[in-house]
Amino acid sequence: MAEIRLRSLAHTYEKDPQSPEDYAIREMEHVWHQGGAYALLGPSGCGKSTMLNIISGLLEPSHGEVIFDTRIVNELSPQERNIAQVFQFPVIYDTMTVFDNLAFPLRNIKTPEHLVKPRVHEVADILELTPLLKRKAKNLSADEKQKVSMGRGLVRDDVSAILFDEPLTVIDPQLKWKLRRKLKQIHEQFNITMIYVTHDQLEASTFAEKIAVMYEGQIVQFGTPRELFEKPAHTFVGFFIGSPGMNFLDIEVTDQGLRYGDITIPVSEKRLAAARASSSDNIRLGIRPEFIHVWDDRNSEAFEVRVKDMEDLGTYRIMTFWFGDALMKARLHEDQRIPQKKAYISFPEQWLNVYIDEFRVEVDDE
Amino acid sequence: MNKVENNKAWFLVLPMLVLVAFSAIIPLMTVVNYSVQDILGRSAFFVGSEWFVQTLNDSRLQSALMRQFAFSFTILAIQVPLGIAIALLMPKKGWQASAVLILITLPLLVPWNVVGSMWQIFTRGDIGLMGYGIRQLGYPYNITRNATDAWVTIIIMDVWHWTPLIALLCYSGLRAIPEAYYQAARIDRASKWAVFRYIQLPKLTNVLVIGVLLRFMHSFMIYAEPFVLTGGGPGSSTTFLSQTLATMAIGQQDLGPSAAFSIIYFLIILAVSYVFYVTIMNMQKDKAENNAGGA
Repeated sequence: MAEIRLRSLAHTYEKDPQSPEDYAIREMEHVWHQGGAYALLGPSGCGKSTMLNIISGLLEPSHGEVIFDTRIVNELSPQERNIAQVFQFPVIYDTMTVFDNLAFPLRNIKTPEHLVKPRVHEVADILELTPLLKRKAKNLSADEKQKVSMGRGLVRDDVSAILFDEPLTVIDPQLKWKLRRKLKQIHEQFNITMIYVTHDQLEASTFAEKIAVMYEGQIVQFGTPRELFEKPAHTFVGFFIGSPGMNFLDIEVTDQGLRYGDITIPVSEKRLAAARASSSDNIRLGIRPEFIHVWDDRNSEAFEVRVKDMEDLGTYRIMTFWFGDALMKARLHEDQRIPQKKAYISFPEQWLNVYIDEFRVEVDDE
Repeated sequence: MNKVENNKAWFLVLPMLVLVAFSAIIPLMTVVNYSVQDILGRSAFFVGSEWFVQTLNDSRLQSALMRQFAFSFTILAIQVPLGIAIALLMPKKGWQASAVLILITLPLLVPWNVVGSMWQIFTRGDIGLMGYGIRQLGYPYNITRNATDAWVTIIIMDVWHWTPLIALLCYSGLRAIPEAYYQAARIDRASKWAVFRYIQLPKLTNVLVIGVLLRFMHSFMIYAEPFVLTGGGPGSSTTFLSQTLATMAIGQQDLGPSAAFSIIYFLIILAVSYVFYVTIMNMQKDKAENNAGGA
């Protein structure tokens, strides 16, 4: 059991890094609290697996420190860190039975055999592997193999954390859901810190209490699924989370307010002040399709926009429309009137986010 | 159940059948033909199994067969573990890996009789580096007089010539093991021995089957190297099966007995290879599953 702290951690695979692009992980601070169920979410190549391997000790970071509770573990090998890791493709020991596979981590630390047996049976029960214990692991199906890999992580009672590196990649969709439930159940039962790497937002939000979104070697936001949805701290989070992603408008700060082309968009005083205070010319407005208000009729607050097309997705519709020369999307619930050619929309102020240099302006009225 | 049988497809097998006939069956049948007849000039008599009985009772052949088994199993016992060990120690990447690969492969490229000649010179007491060296150390090394010296030398020669094959096969097998296995083993705190025993060795089974079979067949048919190095001597202490056969067939023109002998020779190789194959494959089977009857 441990709290995992990353202090000014950075990592590069280059011998002689020149620019921030050479870093797989850019300098960061982060704390994974004891007992949490976390997801590390991001597109491929963002540094998720690198970070996982640094935590488990398979990789030594080029800068900074990894701290378990109060102990700096940079120099410690995975063997000494008491970390379990489950890989993308199930790793099983072919020649051993399922029982021996599960017993392997215990036998490696010379656990007496009379303690091995009950422990293996306990874990096998949880993972529903009991009927398979005598089978050779080689002949199992992919999901059974992956359960064996997970079991080897659970069987040791000294593990500080279990790391999952996209463990459900090779699993059939209907079993994915089952295994994810299982993981959650195990988390509640054992109170172990779990870090789950994935590129699938649904997987992340069903498993984790808090999600760290990684982008270009940085954690750009660490928050609950709801926070990621409602207040994306970075334009990437807005784009990556949600389906479809957030709408963005490149705007200009003028004396009249925030303008997109010749349209002035009303925002709250505080946000406007923050935008005015910035010297950057990379200022964007972001709003989720879910939060765009679509009116049934013309009204004084609404902008008139041209509808490009309408997608019927069963319980809701996605309307694509031209706002000036920008294409935006809005979500309509199923019993809402469907606008023809022209629609009347407005952006509720509380859902309108201002991004300066890709990061969200935090205002204290929230 | 009125299934219309269509046997036309059998004709499609015909070209392959002709090919196999010319490449294997017909040449083999000529040997079978010789083995059951006594051929003297233009006249031939059918003798049935006489040559086979004679061959099986020939003490010269029996002792050659024993020597052959001793030789093949000795070199397998040395080359397989040594080959695995070399493969484990070889560098995994970079220019060192290429350099080591080239060095290791070199002996495989030397023709058999050249290997014999090289070692013949190498082991000479007057000008050979090894022969002279050992004598200088005080041991009266002589492969033309001392049968043990001859034996040990032939085994060392074969180990030098063919261990690289096992090493190369194992090296390729080891490279095919995904990195995740090693990572998982580190996480599971497996010792180096456990990694070898439970990851590397099982993953090498398939290449080792090929390696062991190739080396067994190869070594069981060894001819040129001992022939050039020792000529089968001293006495007949290093005369293996091929050489015995060649003496019979070409030296003495005993076509009938040598044909019978060839067939027995062929069947032994086939039988032993089959036993090897079945044994190794059986080691991988799921015993529990067989016993439980698919429970």
